[in-house]
Amino acid sequence: MIWLDTIVQGLLLGGLYALFAAGLSLVFGIMRLVNLAHGDLIVLAAFIVLVVVEATGLNPFLSALIAAPALFAFGWALQWFVFNRVLGKDILPPLLVTFGLSIALQNGMLEVFSADSQRIPAGPLESASVDLGAVTVGIMPLLTFASAVAVIFALNQIFYRTALGRAFRATSDDPVTASLMGINPRSVFAMATGLAMVIVTIAALYLGMRSNFDPSIGPARLIFAFEAVIIGGLGSLWGTLVGGAIIGVAQTVGAQINPEWQILAGHLAFLAVLLVRPRGLFPRAVD
Amino acid sequence: MTPPVTVLDLANVSKSFGALKVTDDVSFSVPKGQALGIIGPNGAGKSTLFNLITGNILADTGRVTFLDQDVTRTPAMTRVRMGVGRSFQIPQPFEGLTVFENLLTAAAFGQAKREAEVEAECAQILADTELLRRANDLAGSLSLLDRKRLEMARAMATGPELLLLDEIAGGLTEGECQALVATIQALHAKGTTIIWIEHVLHALTSVVERLLVLDFGKVIGIGAPDQIMASREVREIYLGLEV
Repeated sequence: MIWLDTIVQGLLLGGLYALFAAGLSLVFGIMRLVNLAHGDLIVLAAFIVLVVVEATGLNPFLSALIAAPALFAFGWALQWFVFNRVLGKDILPPLLVTFGLSIALQNGMLEVFSADSQRIPAGPLESASVDLGAVTVGIMPLLTFASAVAVIFALNQIFYRTALGRAFRATSDDPVTASLMGINPRSVFAMATGLAMVIVTIAALYLGMRSNFDPSIGPARLIFAFEAVIIGGLGSLWGTLVGGAIIGVAQTVGAQINPEWQILAGHLAFLAVLLVRPRGLFPRAVD
Repeated sequence: MTPPVTVLDLANVSKSFGALKVTDDVSFSVPKGQALGIIGPNGAGKSTLFNLITGNILADTGRVTFLDQDVTRTPAMTRVRMGVGRSFQIPQPFEGLTVFENLLTAAAFGQAKREAEVEAECAQILADTELLRRANDLAGSLSLLDRKRLEMARAMATGPELLLLDEIAGGLTEGECQALVATIQALHAKGTTIIWIEHVLHALTSVVERLLVLDFGKVIGIGAPDQIMASREVREIYLGLEV
């Protein structure tokens, strides 16, 4: 019974990692931009949600709803004014710029919010649980997982059912030809990063409610996100969810065997998948 | 009688890549409704000329005018919306999109309209280009003929006033070529202005009213097809024949 519980908790934890990863996967899939500041952007969004909670007294979910448009605009501007300038055939400039941004964000947050550990207060929800018979699961992990499924479902709908989604896919295929169809790749990229920041806001909401955070924890979130994306196969959104779940289950199983093995077990699972399927579990047919 | 409207006008357009002058003082204009063929040996600068017209590359000197507007410095995506449609020599469909989605995207963004407004038009273009049966297949799975058809269909979907076709008949069998020529003829009959680069001369001359010969980036002849093909200079340079 304890193993069933372990696996269920791991799957639900995977929802959080999938949320970390979905924005990264979206941006990489469309413009082949590896955003090394993704983890720090999640932490920044968590601080912004916290600021809104403290300033308005609203519950965290409503606060995230208020923060999301601002973070969309921030993502849009970041792409338009910064990343678009360095995207090109050479992958090094965007890597350097996002690496620099990561350092700047960490130090900026340290200056503004201090190194103190913070948490977004979620009230009774933090400890609420539901009895499913064989296992008892927390409401918060359930909500996290449901949100991850909803985010990935919504992204798929956008990708395959809307003009914007088709523009995303066309530009991802071939930006030069896309521009000959009247699509502005720069503006498509800016929309994609804006959208990624909305997903980052959702990820940040759950990160902040479930655990403590401080300006230094971004890079570790980035690693989990990367691993989930790569296990799933670059560019595959449902694959990202599976990737998150695999890391989550590996971590909880590892922790069950020995609490010190939690993080290590996640990384080992990642390496094991890479050994067997170097392109991930669900690589896109066209790359 | 009103004079024919000029759709495209190039005046003394030049473009160099380093020391290599790929377009050398090119001037010509295309009246509305005309089909102009462009011929010339490989490396004569034909595709570069198309790139200058679409805005993929910008001219070093000279002026490009489209529908009486100076577009010399206008970016490609704006020119598409103004009515410049283009197919590529090597088909470049969006392989991860279905055939219909390829058209829908080109039509919605190329004409700056909502998808719902252009759906019927896209279906009609698919029918005209005999692609209806492949509408829901991924473009990456198409045969060469269907890829060429999709190139043309997608260019048509952008709602072009001027359609640029780049070696659309190359690599096709005779039967496939005839089918494509019939489609182009039908399109031309509807009044679309066409500029067509082609090596398959009989396909080209069955559609165009005027031929332009390009060599080393220079225009060495422009006029009626039979007159151009009879010219000694053209036969020597383009066909490599001793006459």
